[in-house]
Amino acid sequence: MVHTLRARPHAPHAVPEPRAMGDVTYPLTDRDFQLALWVLYELHYRGFDDVEDPDAEWDPLLMVSRAALERTFEHAVRELVREAPEDAPTLTDLGDTPAEQVTAALVRMTARSGPSGVAQFLHRRATREEFCSYLAERAVYHLRESDPQSFVLPRIGGAAKVALAELQYDEYGGGRPDRLHQTLFARALTSLDMPTDLAPYVAAAEGATLASVNLMSLFALNRRLRGAAMGHLAAFEATSSLPCERILRGARRLGLPAAVEDYYDEHVEADAVHEQLAIRGICAALVEDEPALAEDVVLGATACLAVDGLAGEVLLDGWNARRHPAHDAGHDVGHDAGHDAGRRTPAAG
Amino acid sequence: MSTRRVTVTECPGGPLLIRGADEVVGIDGTVAPVERAVVALCRCGRSDRLPWCDDSHRDRRRRKKP
Repeated sequence: MVHTLRARPHAPHAVPEPRAMGDVTYPLTDRDFQLALWVLYELHYRGFDDVEDPDAEWDPLLMVSRAALERTFEHAVRELVREAPEDAPTLTDLGDTPAEQVTAALVRMTARSGPSGVAQFLHRRATREEFCSYLAERAVYHLRESDPQSFVLPRIGGAAKVALAELQYDEYGGGRPDRLHQTLFARALTSLDMPTDLAPYVAAAEGATLASVNLMSLFALNRRLRGAAMGHLAAFEATSSLPCERILRGARRLGLPAAVEDYYDEHVEADAVHEQLAIRGICAALVEDEPALAEDVVLGATACLAVDGLAGEVLLDGWNARRHPAHDAGHDVGHDAGHDAGRRTPAAG
Repeated sequence: MSTRRVTVTECPGGPLLIRGADEVVGIDGTVAPVERAVVALCRCGRSDRLPWCDDSHRDRRRRKKP
């Protein structure tokens, strides 16, 4: 995909579906698959300096390729959600109105998640090098933090739109460019002499990490999935404050620069606010306006917890494998960490 | 001259959301300036960042933080 965009900037770009999907067995951790999708999505964000064709974003053949990849991706996400350890709650048991039901479901789903295995590892055990490898992995999201959800603003209305705008205003610095969350993260990277452009991080990222970012674009760039986009946001924000507090303490333990602490410090407080805005302000108001979206909101939240949990497991497995190279750590560790310990890639929104 | 609106929203089982305030005065008289458009005020008393909510109401362990 990258090669095609560079080599033939003005030629047709379609990746034939069978070839694109040929040997993908598990799309959620398949790096090539997720990277191809990420590249196609990135054309809608900041694009690439070396893709000269300004029309690449809406190239019909690239759209065809994206749709093919998205179908496979969405199918895999729905399968994973179906297998999620806790069954999605039956909404009608949880309240009288769709808004009450969705609020109760989101609170219940996110209440189970304590600090993730990743956050505990960073808090107590990680070396400086492992901590930096975590920042490098998460840079794929944090350097574009909150951008996917901005695509949803024109797709919803009324009180939900107002609440999303309020949340995004805070993500985007509350009127202060120096407090833009993406900038806070870039500053943390700089303080560690790490680059602030996305390319090297994407090139090295795990498939599951790319999947956790692509999931947001899948939901945000397809209007039909706007409910899932907002459910994802609610689950993301509601499982962020406590892990960020752990990661902050890990950064202090390691004596990392103040800019690293500042990023996580900001997110403990901010995400405690955002959680309330996302669950009660956005999701409840959205389903009050469009009750048919209730199931999608829950789908998005479940998908967030499941896919980010998977990405967390991959990171934990990687750290453990590098610490204990004698074992075949891919099997060794994930299990006692289990689905629960790895549940959330602590992140921040 | 327009008057600015200040609102307080209760979140069941969670904090108070406050919009439009300039500062929060703590029990010991400490003044915490409000630096974002919406802030969440702790109601459970378990926060390590009083007066702000830090989501500790979600933490099932009793407070015991190094």
